[in-house]
Amino acid sequence: MINAWWIIGGVLFVLLNTAAGLIWLERRMLALWQDRYGPNRAGPFGLFIVLADTLKLFFKEDWIPPFADKVVFVFAPAVVVASVLMSFVIVPFAPGIVVADLNIGILFFLAMSSLGVYSIVLGGWASNNKYALLGAMRGASQMISYEVFMGLALMGVVVLSGSFNLQQIVESQRTVWFVIPQLLGFLIFMVAGVAETHRLPFDIPEAESELVAGFHSEYSGMKFGMFFIGEYLGVTLISAMVVTLYFGGWLGPSFLPPVVWFAIKTFAFISLFILLRASMPRPRYDQLMEYGWKVLFPLSLLNLLVTAAIKLWLVTK
Amino acid sequence: MFSLLRSMWLVFLHMFHKRDTYQYPEQKAPLPARWRGRIALTRDPDGEERCVGCYLCAAACPVDCISLQATEDEHGRRYPEFFRINFSRCIFCGFCEEACPTYAIQLLPDFEMAEYNRQNLVYEKHDLLIPSQGKYPGYNYYKVAGLAIKNKDKGEAEHEEPPVDIKSLLP
Repeated sequence: MINAWWIIGGVLFVLLNTAAGLIWLERRMLALWQDRYGPNRAGPFGLFIVLADTLKLFFKEDWIPPFADKVVFVFAPAVVVASVLMSFVIVPFAPGIVVADLNIGILFFLAMSSLGVYSIVLGGWASNNKYALLGAMRGASQMISYEVFMGLALMGVVVLSGSFNLQQIVESQRTVWFVIPQLLGFLIFMVAGVAETHRLPFDIPEAESELVAGFHSEYSGMKFGMFFIGEYLGVTLISAMVVTLYFGGWLGPSFLPPVVWFAIKTFAFISLFILLRASMPRPRYDQLMEYGWKVLFPLSLLNLLVTAAIKLWLVTK
Repeated sequence: MFSLLRSMWLVFLHMFHKRDTYQYPEQKAPLPARWRGRIALTRDPDGEERCVGCYLCAAACPVDCISLQATEDEHGRRYPEFFRINFSRCIFCGFCEEACPTYAIQLLPDFEMAEYNRQNLVYEKHDLLIPSQGKYPGYNYYKVAGLAIKNKDKGEAEHEEPPVDIKSLLP
């Protein structure tokens, strides 16, 4: 058993570097899909753009608007990073490599991703700016309603594996990955995950073409950087959760170590997130709500009911 | 739903398309011959300055970035004593080129004029003059327009017709 502190340190190190590296990766990938090159000058493959961006963020004026609620304004960006990092506590990267092997792992993940909403609402509210407030309102309603389907979609996996513990969920996918029996659940979880991280096409709380920059209009410097890093951490988190819940986590042919399989699968889903951003238009706010409550909500309920019925039938047979 | 997947697939396929970017400092974009860039003063086929110091370019310039002083040499031939273009003001509209009656001032396909010191963007006559006839090879203004010399005005020599009175409306 590896020392827990090593795991915590390693997970933090890998995650924060991944989030920073995603700055580069996203720009290169978007460029790739738009027939450009993206940042390719600073360092090998333009990798040092991460360094340049970080330095720039650190040296920007750390401005707090005089009309803002100072305490909440400073507090809000920390919430998003903290809540996402807390969610990673339950993600099993490989057998035994997990920070806390909670037996209610999924519930903890849902709880933490709900806390992320506070960051948007508080940030938007404390900015005391109408665009920020509009963004915060949109963010709150979007994230709260999409969390419902997210949770319900996950319950299909829980019913199949009979556990809230993520390590056991991964283990129960040895015969078949849950994406096959739970295809609908996977799709709903994916859509809800995009909405939960408020990434494009569901970047309605930010919507720079409508709301300046939405809830973080007033943020600058490293406080904005926190929202930025929080978003990339969120993308990594949702990708890791999709992999864990539906694509067999660390499972894979044994010529590569489990942690590498996990990393490859997660990377594939991060790329899918970026591809979504590159190709999708943003829906209108009411369309998003309608789509959520009128399509995804009944579908996720149906998915849960049918899964539970089949499971019950299999058990009693 | 299908159209969304299709657009995602099509965007994905762009990965294998040719890049549109010119990797600029190494790979230059092709500039058309009429590209309006750096302004130059061209010379006639004899290697003399074409500029006759008529001030039309300075008058046409919408941002007043051209300044010059006309003077005459011992044969009565006009030329600019100094000719100065402030490229920190120039908008590369090409009006000076259009106004020039002698094809002296021309815009070249060259834009790499950046300087660290703003004062270096003010080009003097020796910076502007190029040893070339530019876009109009073989054109010599005085060969076309004629030149009055001592005791003999334009059109008074043998085999010469008097110049057209450009102020008259008669045919």
